[in-house]
Amino acid sequence: MSELKAQPLQPFNEHSAMDYLPADQLRHVQRRRLEQVVAWVYERVEPYRARMEQAGVKPSDLRGLEDLARLPFTYKDDLRDHYPFGLFATGLNEIVRLHASSGTTGKPTVVAYTRQDVELWASVMCRTFAAVGVGPHDIVQNAYGYGLFTGGLGAHYGLEGIGATVIPISGGNTERQIMVMKDFGVTAICCTPSYFLHLIERAEAMGIAISELPIRVGVFGAEPWTEAMRQRVQDASGVKAMDIYGLSEIIGPGVASECCEQAGLHIFEDHFYPEVIDPDSGEVLPDGQRGELVITTLSKRAMPVIRYRTRDMTSIIPEPCGCGRTIRRIQRISARSDDMLIIRGVNVYPSQIETALLAVEGTLPHYQIILRRRNELDVMEVQVEVTEAFFSDKVRELEGLRKRLAGSIHSTTGLNADIRLVEAHTIARSEGKAKRVLDERYV
Amino acid sequence: MKVQQISIFLENKPGRLSAPAKLLAATGVSIITLSLADTHQFGILRMIVTDQACALEVLRQAGFIVKTNEVVAVAVEDRPGGLAEVLEAMEDSDINVEYMYAFTSKSGDKAILIFRFEQPDAAIALLQQRGINVIGQVELFERASR
Repeated sequence: MSELKAQPLQPFNEHSAMDYLPADQLRHVQRRRLEQVVAWVYERVEPYRARMEQAGVKPSDLRGLEDLARLPFTYKDDLRDHYPFGLFATGLNEIVRLHASSGTTGKPTVVAYTRQDVELWASVMCRTFAAVGVGPHDIVQNAYGYGLFTGGLGAHYGLEGIGATVIPISGGNTERQIMVMKDFGVTAICCTPSYFLHLIERAEAMGIAISELPIRVGVFGAEPWTEAMRQRVQDASGVKAMDIYGLSEIIGPGVASECCEQAGLHIFEDHFYPEVIDPDSGEVLPDGQRGELVITTLSKRAMPVIRYRTRDMTSIIPEPCGCGRTIRRIQRISARSDDMLIIRGVNVYPSQIETALLAVEGTLPHYQIILRRRNELDVMEVQVEVTEAFFSDKVRELEGLRKRLAGSIHSTTGLNADIRLVEAHTIARSEGKAKRVLDERYV
Repeated sequence: MKVQQISIFLENKPGRLSAPAKLLAATGVSIITLSLADTHQFGILRMIVTDQACALEVLRQAGFIVKTNEVVAVAVEDRPGGLAEVLEAMEDSDINVEYMYAFTSKSGDKAILIFRFEQPDAAIALLQQRGINVIGQVELFERASR
């Protein structure tokens, strides 16, 4: 187990000024920006105007932030339905960049940025890096994919903005990543948490201990992960594992970020106004209650979104943060409402399985959940890679381990899982988002 | 007097056994003896090899999960009752045999028994006290290559 590496004190960063705005001033800024953005889409984006007319609301009806709840929601399907450019609020002459989501189901969703939007994006990413403690003295390996995915370029502009030295290595080629990390004396990395685990493991196989390299901060996002996984990453590498949050429909990375306290993610709410709703009734929930995160972009020009249903489950933390920032925090996102599995009528999130597996000593979060249908019943198999930490030359001990893993899953979910121990490196490693579930029940 | 053994985790599916065997062959490491424990799901391949450090390195590099531990080797007469004498010696003690396997050495008159004990040192002391021929790594290699 590695000690967490020392983190230098970060002086107050000019980029972060808005993070500390007094609450009444912040609300004033939000209110004014909300009025502007609603008027902007009403005038310029036909589908928004049609929806608002249908709901019987006009921009002039908005008197305050609480009136936001009168506006209709925007869904991921709306972006697909108006593929590719149907929700743009400006002409292509003003648009300087397009990105697109991975589009695992059907058409990708396309998002657009004016020059002002690109600058806004860089500014929220600067605030992100300042919050996680990355600064001008850092040399940062940006292993998010560069390309249509927003992760690579989003992090890139923020890193340059804050004055860090960026290595735009992009995703993939794990051995070269490790060579660069070691030879360049990298102090921070940006990638998905599951890819970083893969790096730790491959480095070990190459005889390199990441815990002995200068790298001290990991800026991890683009997939839901658990607190237990954070502990494993930190214990294995000594690298402080920071959680960041974003989605391309809103802007990309840079929507919310943890600070040194690692206790929730500050949402840059002067640009991205958060609401938490009951996903079934659509009703807005008070701060502190868990539900689906809904975001309205307050400042974007090319493609604002109003009340976007993120499908991410969280709650707003109303209490002030120890770091002094006044912008509110959201709880880390460990589940997407899309990811919820219904197994024998029980609602289960993959993150619950992850937490249960990690509760057993010596395991690593390399696992996959496979759902099948046998005799009209759902059967859950959980494949777990064997690690040196828990491998034994005795059959009895490995069988005991299977029982402990199954027991842990049973006590968190109430479900029986068939644990299958598999050889190391046999579960596909993702260089982007990890694929945790194979649902073969209805294929 | 203890002997080093390596164990490899294998999934129970066709062809899995050949991968480590090929790797060791390619690096010129000889297998003195081996035993495979298997369940319907997985197998544990236990081996004593001539160059353990080298074997560990190539296996780990190839991504295998490998563990080393110490076992006890005993040379007995290759005749009826050879094994029973050793087991008898253990019976009265509270030392458990986790597992064991056996092979005959090339010279032909001796069988070698490999024991995995929870407390190998106590087991060795007991066996030697009973006049049983516990052999070390060097002798084991000599017998195997003779």
